[in-house]
Amino acid sequence: MRQVNQVKLGAEFIKDTAHRESHDRCLWAARMRRDKVARIIPEWEEMRTLASEVKKHTLTHLDTYLEEFEKNATANGIKIHWAETPEEHNMIVYQLFRKHNVKTVTQGKSMTMDECDLRGFMSQRGIDILEADLGECIQQLDNQAPDHIVVPAIHKLRQDVARLFAEKLGSDPTNDDPHYLNSVMRKYMRKNYEKIDAGMCGVNYAIADTGGVAVCTNEGDADISATVPPLLVMSMGIEKIIPSMADLALYVRMLSRSALGLDITQYTTHIQRPQPGQEVHLIILDNGRSDRLSSPDYWEVLKCIRCGACMNTCPVFRRTSGLSYDAVYMGPIGAVLMPSYDLHRYARLPYSCTHCGSCGDICPVRIPIPELIFYWRGVDVERHQSQKVHDLEESAAEILLRNSKSLALGENAALWALRTLPDWLTESKLNPWAASHANPPAPQETFREYYRKNLAGDKHSTDLKEDNNV
Amino acid sequence: MKVGFFCPCYIDAVHPQSAISSYNLLRRFPQLEVEFIERAACCALPLTDMGYRKKACSLETNLVPLMKDYDAIVMPSGICSEQFRDHFDSVEQTDEVKHIRTHTYDVVDFLYDVLKVKELPWHPKFPYRVALHNGCHSLRYLLQARPTELMIPDFSKTESLLNMVEGIEVGYATRRDDCCGFGGTYAIWDAPCSGQQGLDKVNDYVRNGFRYVTSQDFSCLLHQQGVAMKHGLDLKFFYIAEILNGDAQP
Repeated sequence: MRQVNQVKLGAEFIKDTAHRESHDRCLWAARMRRDKVARIIPEWEEMRTLASEVKKHTLTHLDTYLEEFEKNATANGIKIHWAETPEEHNMIVYQLFRKHNVKTVTQGKSMTMDECDLRGFMSQRGIDILEADLGECIQQLDNQAPDHIVVPAIHKLRQDVARLFAEKLGSDPTNDDPHYLNSVMRKYMRKNYEKIDAGMCGVNYAIADTGGVAVCTNEGDADISATVPPLLVMSMGIEKIIPSMADLALYVRMLSRSALGLDITQYTTHIQRPQPGQEVHLIILDNGRSDRLSSPDYWEVLKCIRCGACMNTCPVFRRTSGLSYDAVYMGPIGAVLMPSYDLHRYARLPYSCTHCGSCGDICPVRIPIPELIFYWRGVDVERHQSQKVHDLEESAAEILLRNSKSLALGENAALWALRTLPDWLTESKLNPWAASHANPPAPQETFREYYRKNLAGDKHSTDLKEDNNV
Repeated sequence: MKVGFFCPCYIDAVHPQSAISSYNLLRRFPQLEVEFIERAACCALPLTDMGYRKKACSLETNLVPLMKDYDAIVMPSGICSEQFRDHFDSVEQTDEVKHIRTHTYDVVDFLYDVLKVKELPWHPKFPYRVALHNGCHSLRYLLQARPTELMIPDFSKTESLLNMVEGIEVGYATRRDDCCGFGGTYAIWDAPCSGQQGLDKVNDYVRNGFRYVTSQDFSCLLHQQGVAMKHGLDLKFFYIAEILNGDAQP
């Protein structure tokens, strides 16, 4: 597969001022709301530590908790399936649908199913999957991947949605009033719900000691899937386990506050056992998670609760869009998670980062994202070499910066260029710095030159000391 | 106390005034014996940052003998001191290296944490409104102030030091600690996004009526200054020690 060039894709989005400004403004607003609601909880930082520790404990005892969960869920009447790969996952779902003669399915948003490209798999086999999440449904109508794991259509303006609905659903293209657009979507979805044969949804938390799961949504999309059709199929990664119902409260308190600055999601759906006449299946997916767990370097990515806070705060993500990462998981967590799925394809994502550190400080489970970005860049240099041009730059840097003599040589050359060469040359396309910057004013002399002229041999500080002693 | 003064490569070449003000500021303290580590070149941040650990190691190896004998090593740049503290690890971690890593400070940390400065007896004046930009590395990795993401008690070493200057009014951009997009080598190979971040930042100052900007990292300011000049904005940028030492000329 071709390597994703986030910088190039992001540059396209940056040029589109209206969309960039809206994307940046909406996500920054979410970040500000998050600060506000987190600030009023005195124990917020302790909660982050605890949430991180509970995940660590669970991940280091994952075999035990998975078995406990399977035992309790099975006793509740939920049928558990294990899938090692996306292919296995999709085949399990397909066989269930065949058995139940399913033609149309509604789906509450699930990252695990996105990871398996379940929709693509099913559409090839004549089964329609209809998204019940509004943003996800908009993206599905537009045949475009989600921009963000929590707010999938946040990069779209209302005008875009009005145009899209007009084209696909026959609504008034000139009416971009959100209430109107919502009513168009509601009518469309209601009609679809009449014909669904099965429901699907993801899982936020699988609770080992009760054998139930909790799904957090803002639109009740999981509830439609879980209550309307006679067959419910859920998917989750093996890392979604938490030990007990008591731990759930901690994560529920943090998830929506981190994600959108809301105290809690509108719906927290508990699925404990099938309703009368209903079948409930849960597929537990590995897809490289066991390998990730065994890595001493990046196992902590498995702590992720998919809140998207790192995306909202990331200065690069906000300005370049999630689409520019061309990945299931985008933004800072995507940059450290995707290379473990496909090192070649996603080798350049860890470079889309200014190292501002905000993602590390905001993460509710304290994943050291900035350190992991360093880690993946190191892996790329050692094994993969995604950007050969950096080799040249960095070799030159190594030679120039090695000692004060070579440094002075390089500095003098640069300062000579700055003082002597005309701006049209130094600010040409050969100099990438010049794309966004005017040249700095050239100083008269370097500090080293100034020091030698004015300060070297000066015993000022020792003189002062002697004065004090007297 | 024997203090080694380290002059970062980019400061030496492009904004030597940061080093001049810092060096002269340190010499005001009689308890310090300040020595410029003239032969030290670069902290290896540009190499570490890009994942070139082996190349970084060769630079680090050269620095160890030059830096090992000081009680403290002080530098006019938060990103470089953070590099020594957190990422000077491509070289073997001997006792000398460990000493260097735990005794390296930028000017702000040194004044605030080591010298515990409560006033500036030379009475520097800067009777203007100035925007304080806490550089991301100094803010979030050196924790020189409370990053807005962290729900810990409010504090700011940089603001406390600046408030010792007579007449100064310290303020902030609306998005006070949103990254300005410098990011070291990032500014070069992701120029479109870096430039956009920089433009958003300098426009934020202008919208808030600032004419002066200061920071503990002139690396950020070098980037912001270049963007501001390119767009013809009336902003002037000072390294924090220029103001603290009374050298800043409006």
